[in-house]
Amino acid sequence: MIVPTLLAKTAEPSHVGDSFVVEREHLEQLLQALVSRGYEVVGPTLRDGAIVYDHLTSTADLPSGWTDEQSGGTYRLKRRQDQALFGYAVGPHSWKKFLCPPLQRLWQAARNGKGLRILPEEERAAPKYAFFGVRACELNAIAIQDKVFLEGQFVDPGYKARREDLSVVAVNCGRAGGTCFCASMNAGPKAASGFDLALTELLQDGRHYFLVELGSTRGAEILSRVPHQPANEADKQHAERILDHTTRHMGRQLETLGIKELLYRNYEHPRWDNVTQRCLTCANCTIVCPTCFCTTVEDVTDLTGEHAERWRRWDSCFTVDFSYIHGGSVRASPRSRYRQWMTHKLATWIDQFGVSGCVGCGRCITWCPVGIDITVEAGAIRASDSIKAPADQSEDSP
Amino acid sequence: MALRKPKLAVWKFSSCDGCQLSLLDCEDELLAVADAVEIANFPEASRAVVKGPYDLSLVEGSITTPHDAERIHGIRRTSKFLVTIGACATAGGIQALRNFKDVKEFISIVYARPDYIETLKKSTPITDHVFVDFELRGCPINKYQLVEVLSAFLNGRKPNTPPHSVCVECKQRGTVCVMVAHGTPCLGPVTQVGCGALCPAYARGCYGCFGPKETPNTASLSAWWSGLGASERDLMRAFRGFNAYAEPFRRESEAHEK
Repeated sequence: MIVPTLLAKTAEPSHVGDSFVVEREHLEQLLQALVSRGYEVVGPTLRDGAIVYDHLTSTADLPSGWTDEQSGGTYRLKRRQDQALFGYAVGPHSWKKFLCPPLQRLWQAARNGKGLRILPEEERAAPKYAFFGVRACELNAIAIQDKVFLEGQFVDPGYKARREDLSVVAVNCGRAGGTCFCASMNAGPKAASGFDLALTELLQDGRHYFLVELGSTRGAEILSRVPHQPANEADKQHAERILDHTTRHMGRQLETLGIKELLYRNYEHPRWDNVTQRCLTCANCTIVCPTCFCTTVEDVTDLTGEHAERWRRWDSCFTVDFSYIHGGSVRASPRSRYRQWMTHKLATWIDQFGVSGCVGCGRCITWCPVGIDITVEAGAIRASDSIKAPADQSEDSP
Repeated sequence: MALRKPKLAVWKFSSCDGCQLSLLDCEDELLAVADAVEIANFPEASRAVVKGPYDLSLVEGSITTPHDAERIHGIRRTSKFLVTIGACATAGGIQALRNFKDVKEFISIVYARPDYIETLKKSTPITDHVFVDFELRGCPINKYQLVEVLSAFLNGRKPNTPPHSVCVECKQRGTVCVMVAHGTPCLGPVTQVGCGALCPAYARGCYGCFGPKETPNTASLSAWWSGLGASERDLMRAFRGFNAYAEPFRRESEAHEK
């Protein structure tokens, strides 16, 4: 096999939307270009039998030659026949753990005579993250969390600080996972926006290279540090064929036509009782979801009562305490909690934020310990639209 | 403030002492605890006993003898607040395995003179006998949760000891799910958090040390375990651990008992 020798040109890349080619052996320079610009680079890496998101020091940390097999409640790593760096679907982690950390101290307070004095959190410099290997569904999820944390009446200052400095290297998916359905949600597999650079990994005739699309001027600056050359039509068509193949091989599908109205008129559908038989209310689906953003706050004191702290931590609509108001929990039954989650994700989210809360990443299906599948549940309701459950089972309607 | 320090008492019933030793294990916080309360009755720490009544009693262990069943009422009477600590006190403990068998048979096998032994048919949690103000779960309890309960008591607030699943903390830690990614049976989805999601962080399934979580769906989890290859006997034994007599675990283990 003859590998074409490329003379790396470093002519200034021109416009957002332009495509270039970077050889596999030069990808390291791309990652190091981010490191040298002060970014903490995080991305996919192998750990404990899965591909998680963690600190990357070089492209050697990427899961080269690995893929995954995913189905409801099951995830297994497998070896690939090649040395692809991004030949797998999304894993158990999502980028929200960096932008919206699971535990955050909001403030501290000290006793001051009979009152108290609030000690604001010291302005710690937010880490300047570069996300390396963000999939299209995940870019959509970040855009959705932006709506929640940045575009509403109240702006989350911590999220804003981390988000503003974020650099994103996206990866277009060369392979759909067993629980993927981003094509149904119009959220992939090709990254449309929200990135500095978007890579499509190409392996052909022994050559391993990347089609790189420019998404921003920052992306152009980063690329200028890396040997690259303009992409030709054959490269672009190759990438398109791969993405087309990915689109046609989604592991799951979800019919979204009129889904909001469908769920609104099926609050009493017997399927909710059926899924309740299986649902563990363990909250895994919500915590692995890249758009779920709910948190709770806990106030703690030390033994002396001289010092208090307020902490924010990830919470879930599957816990009883989540809907606790004076007198008790609004959603005491597991049935009402599953219905709340799915109806919010696929329907009321649209009223609240103008978009669906689901990007079709499939994490809630894979990481449900008993394999409950949102596409199957929604499909079952659609297949028997407007059937009512017996009246005695319809306690605690919203 | 020249207020009298609250008097703390620690009581033991049928147990291994591990939970009350968590108080001595507090190390960094121990001096702060000793500063904040008067340790009035704690034989593991000191022979000096200050008479009651006590502001806060920590009760470890389950009720297994007629004498225990009598003694706990006296402790309740002398305690303003009574907090039970550990799986023995909150669920009957590992010794509640006797509840599923005939204890007389055990006695006849174990003791040379069974007639010297006076014991109850069942090992039961403290709350079956007296009113309990708060239950702190775990086998053993988590020392940070114990300090949190003490801080909450001293400051008149509710302790932060959430009743949700172990999964929530696994995910907060970024631990990869051992059941989904490795096929390792895990009780985490039906077990209350409190341990810091320890076992899955070391690639082990959860053993259910902190007992059933709120609204546990043990039947669904059992069905999934069966798919992973667990036998009926495996399931029966999994739910029959330190919290065997906690109602949801008891029912589930009995469902798999042949």
